[in-house]
Amino acid sequence: MADLKKLYDAILTGDQKTAVAVTEQALAEQIDPQVLINEAMIPAMNEAGAKFECEEYFVPELLLAARAMKSSLALLRPLLAARGAEPVGRAVIGTVKGDLHDIGKNLVASMLEGAGFEVIDLGADVAPDKFVAAVREKNPHLVCMSALLTVTMPAMKTTIQALREAGVRDKVKVMVGGAPVTPEYASEIGADGYADNASAAVKKARQLLAA
Amino acid sequence: MNSGRVVLTDGGWGTELQERGLAPGELPDFWNLSHPERVEQVARAYVEAGSQIILTNTFRANRLVIAERDPAADIAALNRAGVAISRRAAQGRARVFASMGPSGKLLLTGAVTEEQLRAAFAEQAEALAAAGADGIVIETMSDLAEAAIAVSAAKATGLTVVACMVFDSGKNKDRTMMGATPEQAAEVLAAAGADVVGANCGAGVAGYVPVCRRMRAATRLPVWIKPNAGLPELAGGKIVYRTTPEEFARYIPELIQAGAGYIGGCCGTTPEFIRAARRALELACA
Repeated sequence: MADLKKLYDAILTGDQKTAVAVTEQALAEQIDPQVLINEAMIPAMNEAGAKFECEEYFVPELLLAARAMKSSLALLRPLLAARGAEPVGRAVIGTVKGDLHDIGKNLVASMLEGAGFEVIDLGADVAPDKFVAAVREKNPHLVCMSALLTVTMPAMKTTIQALREAGVRDKVKVMVGGAPVTPEYASEIGADGYADNASAAVKKARQLLAA
Repeated sequence: MNSGRVVLTDGGWGTELQERGLAPGELPDFWNLSHPERVEQVARAYVEAGSQIILTNTFRANRLVIAERDPAADIAALNRAGVAISRRAAQGRARVFASMGPSGKLLLTGAVTEEQLRAAFAEQAEALAAAGADGIVIETMSDLAEAAIAVSAAKATGLTVVACMVFDSGKNKDRTMMGATPEQAAEVLAAAGADVVGANCGAGVAGYVPVCRRMRAATRLPVWIKPNAGLPELAGGKIVYRTTPEEFARYIPELIQAGAGYIGGCCGTTPEFIRAARRALELACA
């Protein structure tokens, strides 16, 4: 019988191979994918996030956990889709115009996917109209913006204005983050949320969707 | 206090170029070809402020970064021009150590391979060496694995290689983004062949005193310290760094005591910071 504890441990320790093997075994035994997700996978990612916040884990451990989670999730997705299950939420994410830094943005994208979100990654140096187009086409719950440079931070404000002018601002929650971004700046430009790191971003995303 | 051997390096370049019209998000390295005179102004200002080593405007001039902006850009030409500009500004009064920064891609996520990193860093290092740099500074690295690849590529040119990491993570701001400690960094960078190890950028000068002390204790190599002027803030639409040149210079005696062999500044520090640091070094010497 497939071992949920083993799946939990594999994801927590970033052991992708074991995570996939246990997931395959569980599916062969017809265990409900939702049980795997709720009882092993999401708790494991939550624990990885907690370890990150108390500095037992750093970025590498977090990334490995997210990668193991994603590989398992990829096996479950077709089954979930077949029964019409919706993802936890849909997020459009990108680094703002003028800024090519994508490490932080990628980390947040990985962690959101690990938490069961569908993530539409627009990449780096994303112009405001691209965010607007993605909101129109993909109908996300969340728009997440990243900037590493102080000089590119104002593009977050421009993007929020563009969403407003396009009349889609109220259809989404906007989250911002990145080294120079502060909670004060986030509220000043009219974002709905701010997170200091990838793990906190997942919490904030869930919180915004529940609101 | 023995500070006679401390070498004064330079301050921030990106922020100085922005003062001279570099647009937000524009890569400074392209200015080596489009606005060489403005780049030279920055270099010359540091020489005049008393820098004994100046860097080059080549921080992002590796293929992995440049190709995202302009796939057709001539990487070697950007690097050659960067060295030539700093050489002209130095006029023999300062040594020129060429700057090499990170790829901006994480090995761990597979966004870049070791082979791609090796090729990109080797290409840049060879261009910098051929243009006559006196040394190479690998800086602002957050991943020791990537830094080690850059060090060996730079080392292959035969030049002196300085390797420094950013320590800005963890509650004491004494870890790299990837979680490495100053001790681990000193060990890995030395093993990769660095002649000088150190820390740059970060979260301001205060936090780099203990980082310097720990690196000093972990290696026999000289330690290079180039902190930023604190984290930048936006105030009324303008970027400000809260640390003043005087506040920055106040830490110079502590850095000397912590064993720094090379001292300068990173983002947000200006020629004024270097002048203040020089006065502090002279006082510490006297």
